[in-house]
Amino acid sequence: MSNRIDQLFASKKTGILNIYCTAGFPELNDTLPVMTALQQNGADLIELGMPFSDPLADGPVIQESSTRAIKNGMSVRKLFEQLKDFRLNIHVPVILMGYLNPVLLYGIENFCKKCAEVGVDGVILPDLPMDEYESDYKAIFEQYGLHLIFLVTPETSDERIRKIDSLSKGFVYAVSSSSTTGKDKDMGNQQAYFEKLKQLQLKNPVLIGFGIKDKATFDAACAYSNGAIIGTAFIRAIENTTNLPAAIKDFIAGVK
Amino acid sequence: MKIAENTFGSKYHVDEKGFYGRFGGAYVPEMLYPNVKELQDNYLKILRDPAFQQEFEQLLRDYVGRPSPLYLAKRLSEKYKANIYLKREDLNHTGAHKINNTVGQILLAQRLGKTRIIAETGAGQHGVATATVCALMNMECVIYMGSVDIQRQAPNVARMKMLGATVVAATSGSQTLKDATNEAIRDWINNPVNTHYILGTAAGPHPYPDMVSRFQSVISEEIKVQLLEKTGKANPDYVVACIGGGSNAAGAYYHFLNEPDVKLVAVEAGGKGVNSGFSAATTQLGKLGIIHASKTLLMQTEDGQITEPHSISAGLDYPGIGPLHAHLYETGRATFLNATDDEALQAAYELTRLEGIIPALESSHALAKLGQIPFKPNDVVVLCLSGRGDKDMETYIRNLPNKIS
Repeated sequence: MSNRIDQLFASKKTGILNIYCTAGFPELNDTLPVMTALQQNGADLIELGMPFSDPLADGPVIQESSTRAIKNGMSVRKLFEQLKDFRLNIHVPVILMGYLNPVLLYGIENFCKKCAEVGVDGVILPDLPMDEYESDYKAIFEQYGLHLIFLVTPETSDERIRKIDSLSKGFVYAVSSSSTTGKDKDMGNQQAYFEKLKQLQLKNPVLIGFGIKDKATFDAACAYSNGAIIGTAFIRAIENTTNLPAAIKDFIAGVK
Repeated sequence: MKIAENTFGSKYHVDEKGFYGRFGGAYVPEMLYPNVKELQDNYLKILRDPAFQQEFEQLLRDYVGRPSPLYLAKRLSEKYKANIYLKREDLNHTGAHKINNTVGQILLAQRLGKTRIIAETGAGQHGVATATVCALMNMECVIYMGSVDIQRQAPNVARMKMLGATVVAATSGSQTLKDATNEAIRDWINNPVNTHYILGTAAGPHPYPDMVSRFQSVISEEIKVQLLEKTGKANPDYVVACIGGGSNAAGAYYHFLNEPDVKLVAVEAGGKGVNSGFSAATTQLGKLGIIHASKTLLMQTEDGQITEPHSISAGLDYPGIGPLHAHLYETGRATFLNATDDEALQAAYELTRLEGIIPALESSHALAKLGQIPFKPNDVVVLCLSGRGDKDMETYIRNLPNKIS
């Protein structure tokens, strides 16, 4: 079991905190300082967003962080440069999240190879169709020991959830409500869905994301899953800060 | 109406997986999967239902005013030394071809039990056509439109509002058609159950390119009948159309795709010139990529970020192209040309003075290239005049050349 995501879930079953941050945000060279502060303050997993000009699944906050990161000069190529030696300091699992187009242009095989080289553990590509992954890319991801994590939503059928679970590695990303990121949809209505996910007894651990923003929503999500993912609320917390480490420390203290 | 014939197996029509050659597909996030799957599973069944076809046909005839005339433009023909026919989509209700598709999709939305309609719009023609059918069917209607386009197509914004639609400004990116489409897709993600997205062009995830092409295919179906009547031959030598996403071209080409004697010409928006940095000529500037959930040719940076196009015409101001057209380009089935902003303006003034027809800026791009196609004197040419120029009057007046003012 060499993948750090698997190691994490083997040693910790509940209350896993995964924080999303757009790479190259707020400033181009903040990627590593943000990761360092996240690790120091107890984030269990780090999800780095590879910014895209047209992020269809994201609400305004993450869109704006992406626009800013692209203006800062962030790209897939630049990100791998920044991550070249990050494993000297960062030992928590790291996932790259992004849209398919920039990764396709970089080349899937090239991308997977680079991920393995620098020490990235998993990838989320929300607009990569499951069938195409299975037929064209699965072997490549596996060759490089890279986990591809798929999403499920309240509208996903049980049969499809099973299929997604069988193809996902590391964990399954359960989107809390049918929405783009950062929407304040009421999580109270999602209990039946969370309950169902629990009862399906998936082979993968489950992390819940979308709409998790504070201690109350984090705890609520953790009651049904192995942990939760916070993105928009974290971006908000650091977008205008003058003291990045302090802002990150305060944010995590407020959640855990 | 042959909107629902089975064309699987044809080289130029969509395959079972939603691809045209290597282009197409449905690259949607899981949040959108059920919506798109519902359409994929149902659209052909609904389109093939005789009751659906009858209602579609009747609305096109009695409400839209079809068939649209096929007009032999004599003075234009004299100038360009060929027999040039204009397919008068500009005479449709609401002033463009867009209504063919919105009538089809609103009937489909009703059959899927949807109660709320969303759409994107560039020039506003698709927005108006959508707001129109929503008023007709008493459905809630939300139209996403880039802030820049709201400025430059003000009359259409007023029409949509009068028709009862809510017009929401897309303020991200270049604030044009691409961004309006992003916002419409995000709305659909947030309203997965009750909402149908009436996409206006032959782009987006499968089945939209095929579904929109089939609804628009009435254009070429009529051309065949009308040409046979007028010339004794159903096939022209050329079909010429402008292309942004490509819905009017898809409709004008549809029944000629497998007729190799019919040459297909597509005219993209060259903007200020293909190499000026201000262009929307996707086949010249694009590379394989994914835009709005479709794998197609796409204008992008070397890092895979979608670039901001430019065209004087809001309807062609799009950094991608429908997957059918990417396939027609790659296989050489269609010839791709492009017209600059200035050439399109000149062509609009020319048609107005030669034929007494004020064309939309989009259609003017197709007109602008008539002089560059090597016609023989007896050639029969059909040009799809996709829309009328009322919405562009402000631009036309502002740019009016002194010699004809």
